[in-house]
Amino acid sequence: MSEMPEPGITPVNQPFWTALERGELTFQRCGSCGGAWLPAREECPRCLAAEPGWEVASGRGRIISWVVYHHAAHPGFADRLPYNVAVVELDEGPRLITNILADEGDLGIELPVVVRIEREATFSLPRFSLA
Amino acid sequence: MRGDIVIAGVGHTAHGKLPDRSTTSMNVEACRKALADAGVEKGMVDGLFVKYPTSQHRSMYGQIVAEALGIQPRIGGVWDQGGATNISMISFAAMAIEQGQCEVALVTIADNPRTGTRQAYERAWGEDDVYGWFGTPAGYAMIARRHMEEFGTTHEQLGAIAVAARRHGANNPDAQLRKPLTLEEYAVSRPVVEPLRRDDCCLISDGGAAVVVMSAERARSLKVDAAVPILGFGQGQTSWEVAQRPSLTETAAAVSGRTAFEMAGLAPKDIQVAQLYDCFTITPLMTLEDYGFCAKGEGGRFVEDGAIEIGGALPVNTSGGLLSETGMPGMQLVIEGVRQIRGTSTNQVPGATTSLVSNQGGIMHTHSTLILGA
Ligand SMILES: [Zn+2]
Repeated sequence: MSEMPEPGITPVNQPFWTALERGELTFQRCGSCGGAWLPAREECPRCLAAEPGWEVASGRGRIISWVVYHHAAHPGFADRLPYNVAVVELDEGPRLITNILADEGDLGIELPVVVRIEREATFSLPRFSLA
Repeated sequence: MRGDIVIAGVGHTAHGKLPDRSTTSMNVEACRKALADAGVEKGMVDGLFVKYPTSQHRSMYGQIVAEALGIQPRIGGVWDQGGATNISMISFAAMAIEQGQCEVALVTIADNPRTGTRQAYERAWGEDDVYGWFGTPAGYAMIARRHMEEFGTTHEQLGAIAVAARRHGANNPDAQLRKPLTLEEYAVSRPVVEPLRRDDCCLISDGGAAVVVMSAERARSLKVDAAVPILGFGQGQTSWEVAQRPSLTETAAAVSGRTAFEMAGLAPKDIQVAQLYDCFTITPLMTLEDYGFCAKGEGGRFVEDGAIEIGGALPVNTSGGLLSETGMPGMQLVIEGVRQIRGTSTNQVPGATTSLVSNQGGIMHTHSTLILGA
C-alpha cells in the first residue's frame, strides 16, 4: 500500500491537529474584531490583528460544492477511487476542504452536514456526514 | 489612451510536443518571428516582459531571455499571474510606453509542460492533500459543480464549448488537436474529476508565443503593416484558495471586463468575436456571464445550438483555444484576436472590427481582459 500524505503540522496549526485528537473540530477567532477563519494563520485576514484564539466548532455546516475523483493524482488514494472532496462552510463561518461520508448520489449543495472525526494511521481528520 | 497603443507584430513556435527545446530557445524563436512580423529591428526593443515558466524555476529568468535575445532593455523582467500573465504583461507594457519608460516592448511566453515537468499543475492545494485534494482540474470541477447545481447548467452545455473549439481547431493548420468532436462523443468522454470529463480539459503543450507592443504613432512612423490598436484592458483577482472565496460562481472576470469595457467605451453587444481562456469548458461559460454577454446563470443557454461557433451570434475561440489549438496559457488567444482584426484567421469572422480576449490564472483566481479593434 502506498504511503498517504500527512498533515504539515507547524507551530501555527498544531492546536487544530491536537484538538482533533481530543475529538474536537476547532477554528480561529480574532480577539480584536471577532472574525472567524480556517486554515490557521498568524494574523486575522479581516482586521490584521495578531490576536488569534481557538474556539471549538458546533460541528454543523453545509455543503458548498463537491467533486468526485476518478483517477488518483496521488498513489495513496488509488484504492479509494472513486472518492469525493467537498467544500463545507461551518455554521460559524469558516470554510474547509473535507470529505463527505455519503453515497455520491445523495450529495447536494446547501445540504446540512455534521462533523465526524475519523482516525487515520497517525492523525485524525474532520470529515462530515449528512445531518 | 484608447487606441494609442498597438500590437505591431505577433509570432509563435509550433504547438505540441517540442522535446529538447529549452524555454529560452522557444522565447527567442517567438520573439524573432514577432519582430519580423512587425518589421522591427531587435535593437529598437527597450522593454521585455516575460512570463514565468512553470516547468523550470530560474531566478531572474527575464534577464536570461534578454541576454539570449542580445538586448539590454530599459525595463523588463518576469511576471507571474499564471494564465492571466500574458494580457497583464501587455497592459503593463502599454502603461510603461505611455509613461515614457520604454518605446518598443516584446511580451513573450514559452513553456514545456508536455515534454518537460508539469509539477506545477499536479501539486496539492494548501494543506488539504490529506483529503485527496490534488490538481488543477479538481478546483475547476468544484466550481463547475456549484454552477450546475445552482443554475441548472448541463454537461451538454459544457460540451457545446468543447465542440465549438474542436470544430474551429480542425480548420486551423497550426492546431495541436485537429480532430472534431461531436456532442455524442463528448457524452461518453471519460470522467476525470466529476463533473469534468476528459474533453472538458485543455491540452498540455510545449511552445512559445510573443507580441510586439508600441505606440500607434511609432507604428505609423515605422510604417508597420498591420498594427492592431488596443482599445481597452483590465484585471481582477479573488482568493487564492477556491474554498476561501465568498462565491464560487462569480469570478474576477466581472471587474476585469468592466475596467476594459469602460476604457474602450464599448459594451458586450459591440463585440464581434471573442477568444475566452478555456483551460476547462466551465471557464469561458462563466466568463461570458461575468463580462455581461448574458445574465449570471445563463451562460449554459448562451453557448447552446452553435451560437459560439463560426457563423453563430458570437464566435468564440476561433483558432481552437486551449482545448484544440494549444494548451499554452493565453498568448495564442491574443494572437488569434489580432488575426481576427487583421482579417487573417483561418476561421475569419467577416469584417470583424472588435475582438475581445480573456486570460485567466490559478483556479479562476486572476483574470485579465484585452479589447482590440480596427
Ligand atoms: Zn480581526
